[in-house]
Amino acid sequence: MGAVIDNFDVFAGGFWLTLQLCILAAIGALVIGAVIAVFRISPVPPLRAIGTGYVTVFRNVPLTIVFFFSAFALPALGSNANFLRIPGLEQIFTRLSIDLPYFRFAIIALSLYTGAFVCEALRAGINAVPTGQAEAARAIGLTFGQNLRFVVLPQAWKAAIVPLGSVIIAMIKNSALAGFFGVVGDLSNSGYALITVRGEPTIPVMIGISIGFLIMTVPLGILLDRIEKRRAVAR
Amino acid sequence: MSQQTTLYDAPGPRARRVTIISSIVVGLLVLVGVYFFVYKPLDARGEFDMDVWAPLIDPSDDDFSALWTRIGDGFKATLIAAVLAVVASLIVGTLLSIARIWLKSASHRKWVGFPAPVAILLRVIMVALDAISRIFVEVFRGLPVVITVVFVWLGLPSLGVELGDLIWYLVLGLVLYNSVVIAEILRSGMEGLPVGQREAAEAVGLSSAQTIRMILLPQAFRIMLPALISQLVVVLKDTSLGFIIGYEEILRITTQVVQILDNQIQMYVVVGTIYILINYGLSKLAGYVQRRLARGSKTRNLPVDAEPPAAIGAGVGGGLA
Repeated sequence: MGAVIDNFDVFAGGFWLTLQLCILAAIGALVIGAVIAVFRISPVPPLRAIGTGYVTVFRNVPLTIVFFFSAFALPALGSNANFLRIPGLEQIFTRLSIDLPYFRFAIIALSLYTGAFVCEALRAGINAVPTGQAEAARAIGLTFGQNLRFVVLPQAWKAAIVPLGSVIIAMIKNSALAGFFGVVGDLSNSGYALITVRGEPTIPVMIGISIGFLIMTVPLGILLDRIEKRRAVAR
Repeated sequence: MSQQTTLYDAPGPRARRVTIISSIVVGLLVLVGVYFFVYKPLDARGEFDMDVWAPLIDPSDDDFSALWTRIGDGFKATLIAAVLAVVASLIVGTLLSIARIWLKSASHRKWVGFPAPVAILLRVIMVALDAISRIFVEVFRGLPVVITVVFVWLGLPSLGVELGDLIWYLVLGLVLYNSVVIAEILRSGMEGLPVGQREAAEAVGLSSAQTIRMILLPQAFRIMLPALISQLVVVLKDTSLGFIIGYEEILRITTQVVQILDNQIQMYVVVGTIYILINYGLSKLAGYVQRRLARGSKTRNLPVDAEPPAAIGAGVGGGLA
């Protein structure tokens, strides 16, 4: 394990960058997923079609292809994803403002891909709200927006939290791909570089990377199990 | 489904009119936006020129047949790796789930009738094995598949183990992750069964191994079939990771083609579309199987309606890439 201890700063830096990527992508995915979920249940047919199309495309395409697209097609459109350089956010997540756009591309790819799964988790939550709730809300004259805001969504949230959590865990794991798509210095990229460039022994370095990911995923999984068990008892 | 219609009143004539008119207006605005911000930059780069599309869509083009043969080869390689990984994960996952369920009951067994030292030793061994299997599951469920695949590909040769062809590294990496996921799907299926099933099996004198094999597992398979099919979609998508280790599946071949023909966007559009078609078909199949099972449950007393949706969510969301 000497390779891990000697290069602890590399692993810590990689962990921090992966964590930043995950936080930003999670925010993006939750926003996109919520919008698409509202589209999918809205009274306007074209919006429903857009929502369904979005989910079908992004759920069935490998994340690798989404990464390829954000890395090749966005520059072709003349965009370096500079719109992600949000003042304030940029000061906390300094990687957002560097000239190489791959970190921003990775955020976009992960958010777009995870958004589809977030949408499905939210929709499952909405479907778990008893029909009588929405019907009663309609009966007292609430509109679609009011119905969602005051009656359905506050209840849907509770049923959606566990599936949402597993979507976020999956996203954290997916973020490992970013290191193979131009993001320099995240957990997988820096570990890979340690092995291939610096010639460090493979097994300890891979164990180091694994520990980095497990630190993020395992506690979240245990937390979700707790919530699920408590729910089951409460019911 | 019913929820969607209960959220709002059926639109009246005026609401319908407003919807249609605003949809058309917004649609036109979007089209204009697409023209200026997507079509024009792409056109300026020549992304719609015939020389980048011709090898893909024009049968009279010189490269057409060679290119589609390559694409066919690539998808064949992808499917072979996916099928191998699925079959192996199913076998390993089933064994793992049996082991987990059996160890859980065995770790509580008091081993009455054995001499005290042997009983204590057996108890300790069972508890230890139970803990090891739990840690194994937690670790491999929490690791990204990319990492397990790269780990196997770089790690095994450094230990002196050569698997030969690259496909075996990819398959082994996929199996490590997916067998654990399948084991968890089956385990939750078995634990979700009514307690009476197990009690009845024990009452007629089946051993705990027999109970699992003859009573619990067949029912768990049936209930969890949709979740298992969804996992197939995940595996198929995950085989695309083979391109990182250099296995010649469809994405690897695409990157090679792109270097020669220089038509990145076009190739990825085509390959992505084929992926979507295959996976969409598979998820439709999962939905169909689930409906069939739900219909069958009216005569049988299985909690089909309650269990699969959550499990599918976990299967799809829990997967990678």
